[in-house]
Amino acid sequence: MSSIHSELERPPVEEARFSFSIHLYDWISTVDHKRLGLMYIVTALIFLVVAGLMATVIRLQLAFPNGHVVDPDTFNRLFTMHGTTMVFLVGMPFVAGLSNYLVPLMIGARDMAFPRMNAFGFWIFLFGGFLLYFSYIGGSGLSGAGSAPDVGWFAYAPLTSRAFSRGASTDYWILGILVAGIGSIASAINVIVTTLSMRCKGMTLARMPMFVWVMLIDSWLIIIALPPLSAAQIMLLIDRFLGGNFFNTQSGGSAVLWQHFFWIFGHPEVYILIFPAFAILSEVIPIFSRKPIFGRPAMVGAVAAIGFISLGVWAHHMFAVGMTSWSNTFFTASTMLVGIPTGIKIFNWTATMYGGKLRMDTPMLFCCAFLFQFLIAGLTGIMLATGPFDWQLHDSYFVVGHFHFTLVAGLVFALFAGMYYWFPKVSGRMYNETLGKWHFWLFTLGVELTFVPMHFLGFLGMPRRIYTYAPDRGWDFWNLLATSGLLFQLPGILIFVWNIVFSAIKGKPSGDDPWDAWTLEWATTSPPPEYNFETLPEVRSSRPLWDLKNPNDPDWRYE
Amino acid sequence: MDAVLAEKQAEWTLPDRGTMGVIFLIVTETALFTIFVVAYVVYIGKSLTGPYPKDVLDLPILASICLLSSSVTIVFAENSLKKHRIGMFKLWWLATILLGLEFLVSTGMEWHKLIYQDNLTVSTNLFGTTFYSLVGLHASHVIVGMAFLMLVMFVSLFGFPIETQERRVKFLSWYWHFVDAVWIVVFTVVYVIGR
Repeated sequence: MSSIHSELERPPVEEARFSFSIHLYDWISTVDHKRLGLMYIVTALIFLVVAGLMATVIRLQLAFPNGHVVDPDTFNRLFTMHGTTMVFLVGMPFVAGLSNYLVPLMIGARDMAFPRMNAFGFWIFLFGGFLLYFSYIGGSGLSGAGSAPDVGWFAYAPLTSRAFSRGASTDYWILGILVAGIGSIASAINVIVTTLSMRCKGMTLARMPMFVWVMLIDSWLIIIALPPLSAAQIMLLIDRFLGGNFFNTQSGGSAVLWQHFFWIFGHPEVYILIFPAFAILSEVIPIFSRKPIFGRPAMVGAVAAIGFISLGVWAHHMFAVGMTSWSNTFFTASTMLVGIPTGIKIFNWTATMYGGKLRMDTPMLFCCAFLFQFLIAGLTGIMLATGPFDWQLHDSYFVVGHFHFTLVAGLVFALFAGMYYWFPKVSGRMYNETLGKWHFWLFTLGVELTFVPMHFLGFLGMPRRIYTYAPDRGWDFWNLLATSGLLFQLPGILIFVWNIVFSAIKGKPSGDDPWDAWTLEWATTSPPPEYNFETLPEVRSSRPLWDLKNPNDPDWRYE
Repeated sequence: MDAVLAEKQAEWTLPDRGTMGVIFLIVTETALFTIFVVAYVVYIGKSLTGPYPKDVLDLPILASICLLSSSVTIVFAENSLKKHRIGMFKLWWLATILLGLEFLVSTGMEWHKLIYQDNLTVSTNLFGTTFYSLVGLHASHVIVGMAFLMLVMFVSLFGFPIETQERRVKFLSWYWHFVDAVWIVVFTVVYVIGR
């Protein structure tokens, strides 16, 4: 077993003179899963900042009644681009980036199964994103001033038909997402095949890290759920360019069919986005509690169950459309079912912490906040799953509050936990713990201030997507409160960026395994060499590094 | 204990990654086709104006027989390749290509008749929209398959040792079987149920 740790003397590498063009060429032509993973994550972070700034403008516009920060058309473009970017150009590349960087390391492989397809996936995704943003210049063709899509991130028919959506802005939305989706599917197939075919000796499915398990099921969901969106978008293209009638109600087509197709993709999509959070928590919480994860098989089963159930809940986005009462009942019931496996997960994470030796470093803080906030998000989800309740609050700010609680107070917190946790692995340096704590407290306070009032605004009847409101509605206070959260969120993000950039250059060297962790990615150097492992490891339990560090009490005796 | 374990771990084999890759490509393609089939089924009989399927569609019996038998000939080709009988392989491979071509030609003639004789285009009615989309999506997959089939034919004709590529030929034949299976669904939905 010493093979994992073999410390070979490396021959000294001759440092070539730094050349920008050679570096650029190296990064553009790379097929290394770690570099591609980093490129995915950096792209996602850049798009996160762009879409976050859009949200800032939206909140400034809504801070006071009769706001005049932007005009109505710009506002429509802002919320469309904000939503589309956050889902397709932030959430999806985070899924791909995290699994790219970590899955091969965690299963003891030297690279992904198809390295070149991996590079193809990244580049086609990136240019899909560029295509979407090019709409700001090319949106209304060569003659016009140009404009971005303004049809909302789910682009309901018939608003997207030629008659109501002139110019090319909607076509940019379709093509940009279609192209980026090809990249996501390529990367998902790659993750599945890597997991099934590239595991190191002894890494049975039962011993696979939780992170890899969750990403495997996540990728499975991607290849099942993304093609329906691509199919619907191809139909929309046929409608817009060939005069087809798929969603044209004038000739018998159905606008509701678009909603079905979109949400057959769209609801699994939100689980695709939240699964990386589950994956990160299932790695970070055990390490910082010094206990193996509680109920491992139940955790895997719960994720698989969520993945399965999520394929049959899509029409809970459509209660207000007017479906049959049988449909309403079915989709209410199936949606509530999701609460059971999700509850199992929350309980198991809590049980992992129970009686553990807790280390409250920044990654763990973010995980703890996730547990509280995601629980609230789940509970408002159960409320909205109830048909009659949804009729009352459909398309209100309650819904906006709900899904921002899942995705910001949930997913983004978990992503920060993951980024702090694996930062020493990626950079070989330690981030600044004090700044990390500042980031955590400022960001938590800001998120609570921004998104809790949205729930109350929903109860008070404020609809989604309105660009301003009259002063006599009683919404002033809550809106101002929501906007004031920015005063804490933005400094928090700035501290994070500063911390990451500064620590990557000047941080204290962290050593190979600063957290005293148990999974294989910590068995190699930090940052890992291009070939990952000098000799491919062999594992005998689900915590190979524990076995190595505690030869007198290895896990494989009990598993 | 360690000796037993070492022996057990010596037989560490995992599924071939190419095989897995093709399987999951087919899974994701299936999801894509499913939505187009669902759209077709939802819109059966919903066209407000003619022409309707029962007036203009003829059963593409010959084309279907050709496409389905090409799935058989490609298996014969594969088996010949396994036995390193390259001549037989080329013959069966050529037969597969010709049968696929016949399918594409029949589809082209059918579309020509529909467009010029029956005035059915994508924009005419819901039937036109869904018909050309579903059949066209399938036909485009046949075309992609044909391109790869021809690639194999050309390289083997020009002396490339195709017997070294048994694995890749197998993947191509799986894709071809998938395209054929989709045709059975399309045929049933469009020409049997939808008529």
